Amino acid sequence: MRIGTLKETYAADEALFDTRTQRIWLALFFLGLVLFPFTVGEYWLYIACLVAIHVISTTGLNILTGFTGLVSLGQAAFMGVGAYTVAVLEARLGTPTLLNILVAGFVTAGVGALVGLPSLRVKGLYLAMATIAASFILHFIFANWNSVTHGVSGINVPPAEVLGFEMARPVQLYWLIVPFAIVMVLAASNLFRTRIGRAFIAIRDRDISAEVLGIPLLRYKLMSFALSSFYAGVAGGLWAYFFRVVTPESFPFVYSIFFLAAVIVGGMGTILGGILGAVFMTLVPEVLKLAVGVLSPVLPDAVAILSPVRTIVFGALIVGFLVFEPHGLAEIWRRTRRFFHLWPFKT
Amino acid sequence: MSIHAPLLCVDAVSLSFGGLKALSGVTFDVAPNSITAVIGPNGAGKTSLFNCISGFYTPQQGAIRFAGEDITKTHPPHRAKIGLARTFQNIALFRGMTVLDNIKLGRHAHMRTNLLDALLYWGRAQKEEVELRAEIEERVIDFLEINHIRNQPVASLAYGLRKRVELARALAMRPKILMLDEPVAGMNREETEDMARFILDVKEEWGVTILMVEHDMGMVMDISDHVVVLNFGTVIARGLPGEVTQNPDVIRAYLGGTDVEALQRRIQGREAA
Ligand SMILES: Nc1ncnc2c1ncn2[C@@H]1O[C@H](COP(=O)(O)OP(=O)(O)O)[C@@H](O)[C@H]1O
Ligand SMILES: [Mg+2]
Repeated sequence: MRIGTLKETYAADEALFDTRTQRIWLALFFLGLVLFPFTVGEYWLYIACLVAIHVISTTGLNILTGFTGLVSLGQAAFMGVGAYTVAVLEARLGTPTLLNILVAGFVTAGVGALVGLPSLRVKGLYLAMATIAASFILHFIFANWNSVTHGVSGINVPPAEVLGFEMARPVQLYWLIVPFAIVMVLAASNLFRTRIGRAFIAIRDRDISAEVLGIPLLRYKLMSFALSSFYAGVAGGLWAYFFRVVTPESFPFVYSIFFLAAVIVGGMGTILGGILGAVFMTLVPEVLKLAVGVLSPVLPDAVAILSPVRTIVFGALIVGFLVFEPHGLAEIWRRTRRFFHLWPFKT
Repeated sequence: MSIHAPLLCVDAVSLSFGGLKALSGVTFDVAPNSITAVIGPNGAGKTSLFNCISGFYTPQQGAIRFAGEDITKTHPPHRAKIGLARTFQNIALFRGMTVLDNIKLGRHAHMRTNLLDALLYWGRAQKEEVELRAEIEERVIDFLEINHIRNQPVASLAYGLRKRVELARALAMRPKILMLDEPVAGMNREETEDMARFILDVKEEWGVTILMVEHDMGMVMDISDHVVVLNFGTVIARGLPGEVTQNPDVIRAYLGGTDVEALQRRIQGREAA
């Protein structure tokens, strides 16, 4: 049980983590993240890095879709832009890793803003269609702009290197990818404490009255697209260093659906939702793989049906959450916490 | 601009939707620091007039001037910035946000935090947010007596309170002119009296000019300085509240007959129209 808190100043009331208990939990969480690489094996570090990359990209999509209300099915293609930016920079110029990742973010932000241009005129399904079209165009460019992307054979990426340390294995990359994820998630939380984040939500809830309050719709919609794509670009850049080869097949359309599913399953329009959704959706295929391993003695075809089953599971999760828990895992988490705060007085 | 110059001029504004003339040649002025009421039967064009003034519709003819500037063709965000605020007939709050966040949005146009400030929440962003919070708490929330609901999501509020929150958000814009579309429609007597008191206080304490559409004739008579009567998109009368209600055209438009007594009974009896 926790007793209600009384805030002394407006500044304290506006803080991100406003209670002592929250700060203690947060400190424990960070400690856990630091100790994690020393306690688990390569496989779980691989999963952790992948989760962190997905957290970045999902948080980006959440800014656009969950907070601004603009549905996009282009997140994977945007990650592709980031990944190719890193691959090309490495291959051609050999510029430093951190710089490459940032450039990947900015290049992708530019592409995202361009794709967002129709968003002033079209909404909902039509905007989703426009982003699908954009992602097929990007895919076509990845596959056919041979002089830059090397077509279907793709580009190999050398290991990341930061401050003279080479990072090739998950145990090393963990220290690059996880900090990026933390900083970007915190930045996104900050955003929604300010006028910019509020403007995004206002556009989602009722864009006509947002305009009367002095929010220029086009500028903010493009800003949301650009920011969301920046997140995708950074995630894609990290992805390139993680998998070390970038091909047109690396970022298939189903990967965009994966991110949309993560936003919906986690909870649209909450930062926590983006994190929970990314973790959950990354673990689902792993659990399925485990299940296949268990089933293969009795069901020899299990491996073959893994891929279609995975797609079906993604789809079922989207529909299931939309119908039964539209606020996603974040809401379930909130209810659980509430239960424990009030326990044993009220359940 | 001299003190006598009108703050808002609506000059021969005409608006049509396809063949339907919603407004034709509407002309009137709003004097600074006054309360002007626009009345008229349903479908008279009152909301359309508001939409022209706040920039959702561009009139086909005529001009709208605010504080000396021709704003006929400017976008709504610009109008917000130069001091026009409004509320909506069917409440346009952001349902996914708390009362406090809704009100904070009112200050949007006057804040400077940019995207980078916002992501870092450092320096300017933090300073601005804390100042904003203090200002809203002290000037708006206390004033409108909504302290008890500040952290509630607006979706959970009763109708009368939502109207009050919408007024709070408009006040947070620090407007020069506040446009209220049917501020007491659907409210009970007590809520109506509270709202009338707030509107008068806004005018007197904040020096904000008010332009409102209202059906409640009792309230119109009580608090407005000037009344404009619309019927079928044209101004059929304007003047002091007392004068306008004597006007036979107005009585006909309102009651569909010539029953002067009935209208006066309504006004004196303070019945909601
Ligand atoms: N967006 C629109 N499209 C077509 N007709 C409209 C639109 N808005 C209002 N009208 C018409 O214009 C007339 C005036 O409506 P309105 O301004 O809402 O009246 P009031 O607010 O005085 O009740 C009505 O006949 C209405 O049907
Ligand atoms: Mg109306």
